[in-house]
Amino acid sequence: MAEQTTTTTTTSSATTTAPLLTVEKLSAFHGEAQALRDVSLDVAPGEVVTLVGRNGAGKTTLLRSIMGLHRNVRGSVTFDGATLDGRSADKRARAGLGWVPDDRGIYATLTVAENLSLPPVVDKDAAWSLDRIYEHFPVLRERRDFPGTKLSGGEQQMLAMARPLRAGSRLLLLDEPSEGLAPVIVNKIGEIIRDIKSQGVAVLLVEQNVSFAGTVADRHNLLAQGEIVESLPNDEFRSRTKELLQHLGM
Amino acid sequence: MSAFIQYTLQGLATGGFYALAALGLAVIFGVMGVVNFSHGAMYMLGAVGSAVLLDVADVPFWGALVIVPILLFLFGILVERLLVRWLLGLDPLYNFLLTFGLTLLIVDLVKRRYGVSGLPYQLPAGLEGRINLGGLSLSSYQLFAAFFSVVLCVAVWLLLTKTRIGMIVRASTEDAERTRALGINVGRWVTPVFGFGIALAGVAGVLAAPFRAITADMGSNFIIILFAVVVIGGLGSILGAVVAGFLVGLVEAYGQAYAPSFAQVLIFVLMAAVVLVRPAGLFGREEAS
Repeated sequence: MAEQTTTTTTTSSATTTAPLLTVEKLSAFHGEAQALRDVSLDVAPGEVVTLVGRNGAGKTTLLRSIMGLHRNVRGSVTFDGATLDGRSADKRARAGLGWVPDDRGIYATLTVAENLSLPPVVDKDAAWSLDRIYEHFPVLRERRDFPGTKLSGGEQQMLAMARPLRAGSRLLLLDEPSEGLAPVIVNKIGEIIRDIKSQGVAVLLVEQNVSFAGTVADRHNLLAQGEIVESLPNDEFRSRTKELLQHLGM
Repeated sequence: MSAFIQYTLQGLATGGFYALAALGLAVIFGVMGVVNFSHGAMYMLGAVGSAVLLDVADVPFWGALVIVPILLFLFGILVERLLVRWLLGLDPLYNFLLTFGLTLLIVDLVKRRYGVSGLPYQLPAGLEGRINLGGLSLSSYQLFAAFFSVVLCVAVWLLLTKTRIGMIVRASTEDAERTRALGINVGRWVTPVFGFGIALAGVAGVLAAPFRAITADMGSNFIIILFAVVVIGGLGSILGAVVAGFLVGLVEAYGQAYAPSFAQVLIFVLMAAVVLVRPAGLFGREEAS
């Protein structure tokens, strides 16, 4: 197996490289109500950036807007130097965005192996082979012929994260991966995120579990009522966690 | 006992039409989110088409079984391209109303052209008689219709489970938005899937032609039973559509045999019972709240 030959040079020190994803002045609406207000952020290759905020702050709406699943959106999204504005969700996925929804989005009528091979390969060099997937997620190999929903919550989360990696996505939009999982499994998910990062894949992570977010991310964006109220690096986030949480009302 | 086996065969033959048509309905609903009310009219066009082909061009049943589904596939593509497509982004109710209107139009056009009385048709060559099996006398056409429906359902099942196209259709049936977000251009499959679903209704119509009255109105009762089939099987479940189709066919046949005045009611009693025990249908998935 000629694996991991494509070494990446952008594993950390993200701020010095050109951003992979840039969101500029993005506003989104649910009918009359404004869910997001002029949100701007960026993610560099191989960087893990979070969106932290309480329920209803607009975190999931932001991920859906970036993915092209939310219709009523203003502002612009640029990925790898090209604009994604006005492009459909499937085109955005083929550009290299990998969506991992908060319900994990595993197909009940597809087996684990089918779930993995459903998305078309978007980048031959970046795509993980099935063998590589199974090496990083051994449990998926054991369960390859199971229907997707016969997996435990943690296994479903791993499958949901493995799916875009097999397709060769270069940025995962990860919506609350720790939600509803036991602490041991959450630690395992954290390991996987660090593993993904070390392979040069960037992550935009939505989290409510702040202590978990502090263990995996490089930078954090605090979201309240649809606006980014503060943007800060991980060490500052960790030292000021308590104060920030109070500020967000979490 | 021999009567019971005859009713069972009749039920399986009728159930075959329901299963095939419901399969088409389920695939269209799954991939497009369209509740195709015109499915009954398409079934009727399948039967009327067979009768007209025989009358005008002397095309026998076996020819119709090939030609009519192809024609309906093309007609379905036309309907999707010209009409259904433009309403896909809107509330599903719009396409429901559109296909309802289309049904009225098709039925009335057929009435205008061919009248309200039944069109003549006969049992296909080679299947007119009965087959004697150990003291049982069974209609060879019903045997054929039941067998053919099962084979076609299995073929569609293999297409859906063993091919990449089938995998995409199953994934889209489960969640079209999520499937798009995984990089699949679901829209590209919408037109052929609609045509395919309509063609399946057409096959059901051709199979029904030799032993049902062929009239412009034959689809209106059919579509109501079809909706019951889909509710029993579980909206959006492909396997559910097939199993419930045969189940409803059997219930209808036994009802007609043993309690004729309740035959139609029984189907809806079955539907109510299923919905009470499993609100999402036999094979439907409960919505996680």
